[in-house]
Amino acid sequence: MTALLFVEQTLNGLQLGVMLFMIAAGLTLIFGIMDVINLAHGSLYMAGAFVGATVTARTGSFALGVLAGAAAGALIALLLELAVIRRLYARDHLDQVLATYALILTFNEAVKVLWGPAPIFLAAPPLLSGTVEVLPGIPYPAYRLAVIAVGLAAALFLGWLIGRTRLGMLIRAGTTNRETVQALGVDIGLLFALVFALGGALAGLAGVMAGPVLAVQVGMGEQILILAFVVIVVGGLGSVRGAMAGSLLVGLADTWARAFLPVLLRGLLPPAAADQVAANLGSVAVYLLMAVVLSVRPQGLFPRHA
Amino acid sequence: MRERLAVAFGAAAFAVAPFVLEALDESFLLSVLTRMLAYALAAAALDLVLGYGGMMSFGHGAFLGTGAYVAGVLLHHRAEGSAVMEWPLRVGGTAEALIAWPAAAAVCGVLAAAIGAISLRTRGVHFIMITLAFAQMVYFLVLALPQYGGTDGLMIPSRNVLAGWPLAGDAPLYWVALVLLALFLVFARRAMASRFGLALRGARMNERRALALGLPVYRLRLVAFTLSGAVTGLAGAILANQASFVSPDLLSWQRSGELLVMVILGGQGTLFGPVLGALALLAAEEELAQITEHWMLVLGPVLLLVVLFFRGGLWRVVAGVRGDA
Repeated sequence: MTALLFVEQTLNGLQLGVMLFMIAAGLTLIFGIMDVINLAHGSLYMAGAFVGATVTARTGSFALGVLAGAAAGALIALLLELAVIRRLYARDHLDQVLATYALILTFNEAVKVLWGPAPIFLAAPPLLSGTVEVLPGIPYPAYRLAVIAVGLAAALFLGWLIGRTRLGMLIRAGTTNRETVQALGVDIGLLFALVFALGGALAGLAGVMAGPVLAVQVGMGEQILILAFVVIVVGGLGSVRGAMAGSLLVGLADTWARAFLPVLLRGLLPPAAADQVAANLGSVAVYLLMAVVLSVRPQGLFPRHA
Repeated sequence: MRERLAVAFGAAAFAVAPFVLEALDESFLLSVLTRMLAYALAAAALDLVLGYGGMMSFGHGAFLGTGAYVAGVLLHHRAEGSAVMEWPLRVGGTAEALIAWPAAAAVCGVLAAAIGAISLRTRGVHFIMITLAFAQMVYFLVLALPQYGGTDGLMIPSRNVLAGWPLAGDAPLYWVALVLLALFLVFARRAMASRFGLALRGARMNERRALALGLPVYRLRLVAFTLSGAVTGLAGAILANQASFVSPDLLSWQRSGELLVMVILGGQGTLFGPVLGALALLAAEEELAQITEHWMLVLGPVLLLVVLFFRGGLWRVVAGVRGDA
């Protein structure tokens, strides 16, 4: 029983971790190379989920929905970069926060107008709707395993892209010194737009993949965005490796705390109260983790070389 | 000169507002004005941190909400006749504002000192994200208290009394809120012109120089952050009375964002600007909400345009002065 719960919750933690990575990696890359903090990144995740759910419902194909979600994330990111973010590069972080905060308000309301205020339903594809025995006697939903696989694939792809390709080399160079890259004749505007679209695609992909696990609803972007901030603070701003480590830490800490606190508290409180208290106290765990990491290493676990 | 005129005009307008509204038979608007005054107090308090201290706090909603909950919880227990806590010492509920409001400010001051002590180890974007995250933590902590309504919020049976004088009805609360705002503006104005304020501003403009001069930059910022948190908590206590209801929504990141918008819209580093910003933003929200249910779809793009193209804030237009920033 306990072993079952532990394996199950650890896999759930991994799943949340890879989802967070897909958000945090985009955020941290955008910050690392463009020095822009984009609060509306969560809106790209939300847009991916809504577009993905709609396309899946219309076509009956989850795979098409996933593609559409990622494409919507990339496209909206590209448009945002051209229309708004481009004007913010030279501004201070406060202006960036306020402008992208205004974008969140706009996107959330726009989604309410287009899809209505109620959450919409996105089912896992039939092929992945069963369970898989991950260990003898321990079944686990196949779809959640697929989410982990997609997240890990995204991480490997990003690692390859950044570590092994010419584009990745430019991104790394841009993170270290933007002016020099520009002086060497690289079209920095194009590079920025590409990185933004890449971050958007990852966020959109994460949004669709999250659909069958979490609810597709207005405000889903901000919940994950704030957790992604915790990831970035813990992992170190601007570092993809830090985003990976931070995501897994935060994903596991959050899931474990939510799963095991009720068990602990049930001994102390009446069951109904224990569940409510534990559910909310469990959400506090990741912030405590952040506070501890910050007091030991203010720059995060993998600080970017200044 | 123009700034003094603007301040005098504003003060006069607020002083006569209750009488004008009564004459026009629109007294219900006084409650709306009280809400604006409370937000104005919170925005001015945030300006100490943001405009003068250069600390971009995205977590002041936590103090606004916590202050509201302290006042609300004390009233709740007073009505129930129960104790807030029995151990280590018995604390009962109270309706007395002279106890409850300082308590709200003190709790928020301690909370701000704790959050500030960790967050101020970082700066810039880190500070924004960390204050946002800690505010979210406070949000979940409050939701974890099942006896205070959780996500449903806490109804307040009756308002505070001030030295035995009930704040029931719209006018008494309005006057108290107005006096508190005026007192804070006078105090903050003086504090920012004092040695403390000059040191704080100096550290924002050039931290290395301030450190080289031997200024205790970390401590100065922590004091400003704590003070700001405490005053924001006081504003929350007023809001709880105004609405006779405490919603966990006050603790949410949206409130923190709204407070930031008020400061920037009015002009950071001017104290009076954020007051004007609060009035303008809330008035715009009220008006737009009457026109369409989807008023955010109007307000969002307008805010975006303001940030992109209208810099310096409303106070610069009205009073002809630039902020400290």
